[in-house]
Amino acid sequence: MHHPVSRLAVLGLVAALTTPLALAQGTLRIGMTAADIPATTSQPDSGFEGNRFTGWTMFDALTMWDLSSAEKPSTVIPGLAESWAVDAKDKTKWIFKLRKGAKFHDGTDVNADAIVFNFEKVLKKDAPHYDARLVGQTLPRMPTLSGAKKIDDYTVEVASSEPDSFLPINLTNLFMASPTAWAKTKSWTEFAKAPVGSGPWKFVRLVPRERLEMERYAGYWNKARVPKAEKLVLMPMPEGNTRVNALLSGQVDWIEAPPSDTMAQLKSRGYQITSNPYPHTWPWQFSFVEGHPTANLKVRQAMNLAIDRDGIRRLLGFQALPAKGVVPPGHPWYGNPKFDIKYDPEQAKKLLAEAGYGPGKPLKVKVQISASGSGQMQPLAMNEFMQQNLKAVGVDVEFDVLVWETLFNNWRVGSKDPKSNGAHAINVSFATQDPFFAFARFYDSRMVAPRSVNWGWVQDPEMDKLVAGARGEFDAKKRDIAIGKLHERVVDQAAMLFVVHDTGPRALSSKVKGFVQSKNWFQDLSTAYIQ
Amino acid sequence: MFTYILKRILYVIPIGLAVSLVCFSLVFLAPGDPLSAILPPDATTELIERLKADYGFDKPLPVQFGKWVLRAAQGDLGTSIATGRPVNSEIAKAISNTFMLAMFACGIGFSFGLVFGFVAGYVRNTWLDKVVTGIAVTGVSLPHYWLGMVMVIIFAVLLDWLPAMGAGAGGSDAWAWDWEHVRFLVLPAVTLSFIPMGIVTRTTRAVVAEILNQEFVQALRAKGMDSLGVFKHVVKNAAPTLLAVMGIQLGYLLGGSILVETVFSWPGTGFLLNTAIFQRDLPLLQGTILFLAMFFVVLNVLVDILQSIFDPRIRR
Repeated sequence: MHHPVSRLAVLGLVAALTTPLALAQGTLRIGMTAADIPATTSQPDSGFEGNRFTGWTMFDALTMWDLSSAEKPSTVIPGLAESWAVDAKDKTKWIFKLRKGAKFHDGTDVNADAIVFNFEKVLKKDAPHYDARLVGQTLPRMPTLSGAKKIDDYTVEVASSEPDSFLPINLTNLFMASPTAWAKTKSWTEFAKAPVGSGPWKFVRLVPRERLEMERYAGYWNKARVPKAEKLVLMPMPEGNTRVNALLSGQVDWIEAPPSDTMAQLKSRGYQITSNPYPHTWPWQFSFVEGHPTANLKVRQAMNLAIDRDGIRRLLGFQALPAKGVVPPGHPWYGNPKFDIKYDPEQAKKLLAEAGYGPGKPLKVKVQISASGSGQMQPLAMNEFMQQNLKAVGVDVEFDVLVWETLFNNWRVGSKDPKSNGAHAINVSFATQDPFFAFARFYDSRMVAPRSVNWGWVQDPEMDKLVAGARGEFDAKKRDIAIGKLHERVVDQAAMLFVVHDTGPRALSSKVKGFVQSKNWFQDLSTAYIQ
Repeated sequence: MFTYILKRILYVIPIGLAVSLVCFSLVFLAPGDPLSAILPPDATTELIERLKADYGFDKPLPVQFGKWVLRAAQGDLGTSIATGRPVNSEIAKAISNTFMLAMFACGIGFSFGLVFGFVAGYVRNTWLDKVVTGIAVTGVSLPHYWLGMVMVIIFAVLLDWLPAMGAGAGGSDAWAWDWEHVRFLVLPAVTLSFIPMGIVTRTTRAVVAEILNQEFVQALRAKGMDSLGVFKHVVKNAAPTLLAVMGIQLGYLLGGSILVETVFSWPGTGFLLNTAIFQRDLPLLQGTILFLAMFFVVLNVLVDILQSIFDPRIRR
């Protein structure tokens, strides 16, 4: 491939420096880890990588994430809705005031009719545009959403099945597609071949399993997020070494998740490695079922103190942050927990002795883990490292290694189910940017199987009270404080064995400028350009 | 001859049924949920049950199988759960990409294999024979995904001569028969050609050596036939075995190589299967396996018929 530092490029640079607004530059080509282009139906598949690449690029939601800073925690900001408020009398109803002037790429208005249409695609079973495939990708992320209706052209009322202050955060996962574009074929499969949203990138061309091409949408409502690059090309490359080779040979400018053993080589060849801790937690989720040793608080605390998290970071090429809870200190939800999660094997031994375990009666623990999987980082190496740490304080760990998909099925059925094979903990990493995902589904006593993933059967009235308190607090600042209180309880109860947070490494060619890696699963591709 | 061909074709029916049963049931033995392609991992059991009903996965397996076979017999392999696109069109596109790759790989592998094999067969137990056999053994023994990675590092990363992955700068939809596109074929095709080259070399060497030892060859030579004439007889006698071996190798290559196509992100059937497996996209997985299996069956019938033309004894 060519690496031309031609006269043209120099002229371009001069032009960029001498004009007040740099013109759109270059084609940004990204190698994703997904095996296929995530669904372009407006509700992407492939987990949050899907939302990152075919969600936030071509589409907007009522509420969005602030992806502008690498330093501060990424919070929810207005998107297609300029403002929202819960009905003071009936807290199951929300009023969303829509932004005027936002247009879909086909030129039609983003108005209340369009927004209600998009709610109906996953809620209204008899609507022609209702689609089970979209439902699967959407409703698990907004469990209390129950309806939406138009109040006027720029006002929508959204309803939930119970008072839920998390709903505006959940709604970042509902992307708005152009009803006019859907109506042309009345099929989401056809719509996906030429999707129309209102996001900063416009669809150009899709070759399934090979590439998705987009171009900048100059008419985007948020002028600060009109893309700086002219075109964006996404290519699926599930194999880590293939991504690295594609970057090294100049076929792409940016790759997601370079394998940790290639980082040194990439850095030495002048590639940029960007990373930033994001709302991801890699834990062992404990079983609280009676008779399980992990139902004992001292055992859970001891296991938390037995882990050498710096050792694990070394194992991961330092692409991880040691965990001190569900979210890191400094996060608005961190609160002020009393139990300090750190490496203190002596204290761990003492706590185990107090719990009745010692050299004469070693503690035996069974953990269900996977050999690979999305977000699981390097599960085998990390778990074996922890097994050695725990052995050193007198805990014998037995692993039940499962295929990723099976581990997920077991996660849903809970620790009491025979499929869980008597496991005392399960190792499933998760996203924590939404309070439902980070807390409610694990610690609300109603969230046991089959409702959600309170795998360990946590039945703690105090946590129930705190979850309900946070969910029922509609003032954003006060809600953060309420979630902080819940987090304090979670950490003090050592409800999980908290290990690390991922840092989402990416490798970029030196030609890529302007990219800011925010503390989020999603990233703003609008600021990046090629120079 | 006609009865023989008819018999061979009729055999395809029971084989096809058995193959479809295996294709259908095998994917259900694998762990995971058939709806994992469209459900996030933390979807509730309630929602999963609801969608299972929507997609008909709540019906008993024999009922699902019956419906699937009936549709497949009419040429409809269903719709991909993950993409909503018809499985037929997904396979058609992937097979054309794999076909292109396989033809190139066969071209390279069979030509070198035949030349090497004939040379080694004619000059048995000389240093040249040992060199050729060495190459053949290496070709068969090297894991081809490893070879692919090494070639990418040398020719794409270090020398910057050829692209590391993909099927053309604009994707396979924009394929054209010019060097700008064909260069994308070179590394995966050469990688894939090593195994058929090795196998064809070894088989050819053995068959040629055996034929050369037979009495009829000595008789031909004693009658004064020149080397070229003898060679023609050797080729004719070696052809049935070689055709069978090449047919099987072609079948393997047309089935697509999951590893090589994944290493090169080549959008063929191997890459398609890989995606279908990871997404647990059952209709796509079942459809692709069935298509490839049937393709293999048909290819074998064709080879049988061809063999019988070259060697009428087979018909008896």
